[in-house]
Amino acid sequence: MKEKLLNKLNALFKEAIESVEEFRGELTLIIKREYLLQTAQVLHDDPELKFDSLRDVCGAERFLPGDRFEVIYNLYSIQNKFRLRLKVHLPENDLHIPTVSSIWTAANFAERETYDMYGIVFDGHPDMRRIYMPEEFEYHPLRKDFPLMGIPGSLPLPRK
Amino acid sequence: MSFEQNQHEARQKILKALENQHTTVMFSDSLENEMILNMGPQHPATHGVLRLLLRLDGETIVAAVPDLGYLHRGYEKLAENMNYHEFIPHTDRLDYLSPLANNVAYVLAVEKLAGIEVPQRAQYLRVICAELARLASHLVWIGTMAMDVGAVTVLLWGFREREKIQDIWDLLTGVRFTTSFTRVGGMAQDISGEAIAAIKKFLDELPASLDECENVLARNRIFIDRCEGIGYVSKEDSIAIGLTGPLLRAVGVDHDLRRDVPYLVYDKLDFHVPVYQDGDVLARFYVRITEMRESIKILWQALDKMPAGPIHANKPKQVLPRKEKVYGKMEELIHDFMLINFGINPPIGEVYHAIEASKGELGFYIQSKGDGYPWRLKIRSPSFCNIQSLPMMLQGGLISDVVAVIGSLDPVMGEADK
Repeated sequence: MKEKLLNKLNALFKEAIESVEEFRGELTLIIKREYLLQTAQVLHDDPELKFDSLRDVCGAERFLPGDRFEVIYNLYSIQNKFRLRLKVHLPENDLHIPTVSSIWTAANFAERETYDMYGIVFDGHPDMRRIYMPEEFEYHPLRKDFPLMGIPGSLPLPRK
Repeated sequence: MSFEQNQHEARQKILKALENQHTTVMFSDSLENEMILNMGPQHPATHGVLRLLLRLDGETIVAAVPDLGYLHRGYEKLAENMNYHEFIPHTDRLDYLSPLANNVAYVLAVEKLAGIEVPQRAQYLRVICAELARLASHLVWIGTMAMDVGAVTVLLWGFREREKIQDIWDLLTGVRFTTSFTRVGGMAQDISGEAIAAIKKFLDELPASLDECENVLARNRIFIDRCEGIGYVSKEDSIAIGLTGPLLRAVGVDHDLRRDVPYLVYDKLDFHVPVYQDGDVLARFYVRITEMRESIKILWQALDKMPAGPIHANKPKQVLPRKEKVYGKMEELIHDFMLINFGINPPIGEVYHAIEASKGELGFYIQSKGDGYPWRLKIRSPSFCNIQSLPMMLQGGLISDVVAVIGSLDPVMGEADK
């Protein structure tokens, strides 16, 4: 399954893949932001790959030098019983990434959560609101520079 | 622009503004206008603090928007600031109806990251824990779901049976509710003969009680009428929206992580994955009832096959030593000190491990920087993803269906709001 997947992706768009990593038997593809939608569409539609289930989308801050953020897509193929992780790196000054909610509806909530927690904006998302924090909250709490105990006064009291 | 058009636009604007301010709004001419109803977050049928914004046309639901975030406890942030062992008690509080399954899911992810192989006996013990948790969770579900549609008797019966499971947990783990029973690389303690006897006694009695519950519901005209054809989703939609667990199996997708991506010793146990085709509330009821019977089967096998032996991996740099040894031996004292203060330091890398919990795929995604604490820990909680399908299930239904549909989802807000 792994060889088949990599061969297919290499043949279709070699330039999209930045690197392929494997750790503990799990496959991670790091792709360029411009090719995200294209790759996602192929992974979803291809009858042999058929990654029809998007299990999760989450953001993370990177601990390596280079781009500060990354968005992680956790895909699963029910037919092939195979998991794949897609990753897109994002620089701090340009936190925009196209949404995949037109391909997998499941991305809707998960992308909203990522937006809420990291401030990554998903372009074209149908409902880009915060999901956990109140709309007036200015910060993105899962970023490493947000302190664990919170910022005093950052949560406004309810209006009278 | 004509006057009517102007007025229409003004009304839409007011409606929008009121919606944004979380208010209920009703216009005088109810036949011409839709009504916005806030259901929850304190409504008894929303199973916790779920708020639903419903746009109603008479009794019919035109649109529904679930609103989360009333419980946000920031578990992912907490996890990034404590070491791997310390986070185990926090996993109890996610899906508080099946804490044992959460413990198992979390330590499996950590062990995958750290490369620890636990002994067979511990793996069987974990299967027993996970299946007991599934039974406990489904018993609460059957009770609350039945109560949502008006059958209080089954609520009492469900909780009566669950009470027995909690007595077993008391014998097994020492507590009844928040168990924290697993450790990285093993279990907190071995199972006692008394606990095994209690589980066997319980398994002997449970099928009769299940039959009782099923008979009282499945032969009840009111129950069937309130469940059949309600909250329908198609197969394609459920896959696209990321449903997992009993909800996915109720639309005819044969998917179960225990069988498809085997973990622990599930590949050595013989069980059947129930799949129903209808995709409505009634199908979900049958899937869960059948699943409970399969869990009983799994538990019997696990109890029979469980080998004797150690329940901890022999990796002193990563697995906490037993307390009695810490008190008497220098080597163990040093290991205990190092593990508590500096953590288990898994290699740099990232893993995702998911188990088939009672509500669907419960997964932990962990990024490690090589430190004693996780750099990033993401919880893929089934309730959160399942709630996303509510608008799809509710659209076009009646307002009385809302409670049945929420009940059939079996959401736990501790997990959805994390």
